Amino acid sequence: MSSSSSLFVSRRPHAPALPASSIRHLVGRIGYVTRVSVATSFGLLLLWQIAASLEVVPAMFLPSPFAVATKFVAVSRDGFQDATLLEHLLASVGRVTAALVAAVILGVAVGFAMNLNQTAQGVVTPVLELYRPIPPLAYLPLVIIWFGIGEFAKVLVIFLGILPSIVIATNEGLRSVPPDRVNAARSLGATRAQVIFLVLLPHAMPSILTGTRIGLGAGWATLVAAELIAATKGLGFMIKGAADFLVTDVVILGILVIAAAAIVMEMGLRVVQRVVAPWQGRE
Amino acid sequence: MKSLDVRDVVVRYGGGSRLGDVAALDHVSLTIEPGSFVVALGASGCGKTTLLNLMAGFLKPTSGSVSFDGRPVKGPSSERGVVFQHGALMPWLNVVDNVAFGLRLRGVSQKERHDRAREMLNLVHLEGVEDRRIWELSGGMRQRVGVARALTADPDVLLMDEPLGALDALTREQMQELILDVWARTGKSIFFITHGIDEAVFLASKLLVMSPRPGRVIASLDLSFSHQFAAGAKSGDVRSKPEFVATRERVKGLIFSSRELVEESL
Repeated sequence: MSSSSSLFVSRRPHAPALPASSIRHLVGRIGYVTRVSVATSFGLLLLWQIAASLEVVPAMFLPSPFAVATKFVAVSRDGFQDATLLEHLLASVGRVTAALVAAVILGVAVGFAMNLNQTAQGVVTPVLELYRPIPPLAYLPLVIIWFGIGEFAKVLVIFLGILPSIVIATNEGLRSVPPDRVNAARSLGATRAQVIFLVLLPHAMPSILTGTRIGLGAGWATLVAAELIAATKGLGFMIKGAADFLVTDVVILGILVIAAAAIVMEMGLRVVQRVVAPWQGRE
Repeated sequence: MKSLDVRDVVVRYGGGSRLGDVAALDHVSLTIEPGSFVVALGASGCGKTTLLNLMAGFLKPTSGSVSFDGRPVKGPSSERGVVFQHGALMPWLNVVDNVAFGLRLRGVSQKERHDRAREMLNLVHLEGVEDRRIWELSGGMRQRVGVARALTADPDVLLMDEPLGALDALTREQMQELILDVWARTGKSIFFITHGIDEAVFLASKLLVMSPRPGRVIASLDLSFSHQFAAGAKSGDVRSKPEFVATRERVKGLIFSSRELVEESL
């Protein structure tokens, strides 16, 4: 019995033990860190509501959570700038997903090529290292000049934001392969292709998935920039449009929906990582 | 029957271009006869692992030749199985799939390869752990999985690189007996690396004592303690025989005299 539960018992000696302990048991199963995180989230929400109620700043600049929630219903039903919230969301999720899939396929291939071939390493390294630190907004005009204002240009900008983390993660994952593991496969008769697909790829998988998660964050970060290019739908486009007319509640709504979508995708990837690479950190 | 031949091999790392580079292996010759248990014993830096890498085909000699069954060794092959010091198992596969890995490479059907893998797991006394994950096993169990994996590919020679080096003393003795048991039952040739003198004398049908800087074989002894154990004698009885104790002391003497030689030359 912990000290807090004995306090509880001493205060209410005749309270039925079962419900209290089962609630405690349920709460106890959720980790301490998670409980603090949930409490912090609600605390921030409360602070926001208090600040809005006291009108510390005008409602035009800081709408209340309630106003944003009302807007959520309104935009979901009636839309904003000729598209409903769901259409904006799907447009953005579609772009990020397309960019992510393309970046994973190309990034893993490039990472492998760098690791298996010195010429490829020599070619890729300067290109990657030169463009990686540049903010997407800086090369956005160039992408528009070269590739126009279509869907391809938008996906390309997000793709470029995701790609480096996947290439680097793949390469790091491959560099960490113990030589004995490759030699074990070779001494059992593995061909070069079998070593690549049955040893190197599974070995690098945890690292590739971590790179994908980091890349996904970068992808969402690039989304708003990408949707500045003559979009007609998308969360970034919605935020930009709302900001132009000082519709602050829609701006906040858009931000929260992006956060929610990013969290859901991140959680999905974590589940994939746990299923695909359960040995991570246990060797 | 197939034997593995190492003829007058020299290995220098870094191409031997630097001044004062000492050969990792200096004119080493040996033969692993079919069915023999060859143990290489020596301190670290004497080229034991280099020698094994040559036989496995992971490494090419600077000069000299390595051949198996009369043909030069050009690279790794499933006719020469390897057991690694740290297991080198695949953590994404469970126990039975690790053991069956070599058969999967050859395209053997899942049912057949699992049947064969279970046979080999029985041979190393690992029943009922087929579906376990690698990280759930103890060090000794992992090494047995490593042995079973090498055996499943049905090699002619087993090359073992300090497979018991990371195990605790009790597990180690059990594993020595298990390996001798496997050796006696399968009739495979074994090349075994160790720096444990007692272990080397107990296991070897032929013991190579090696010395560092440059790596070379300073003595080769034909021993029979492993045959005595395989014929049914108890491990403790074999180890307490006067001949065993005398041999162990002699080998110890060989190793320390070579060390003094090296120290004098420095």
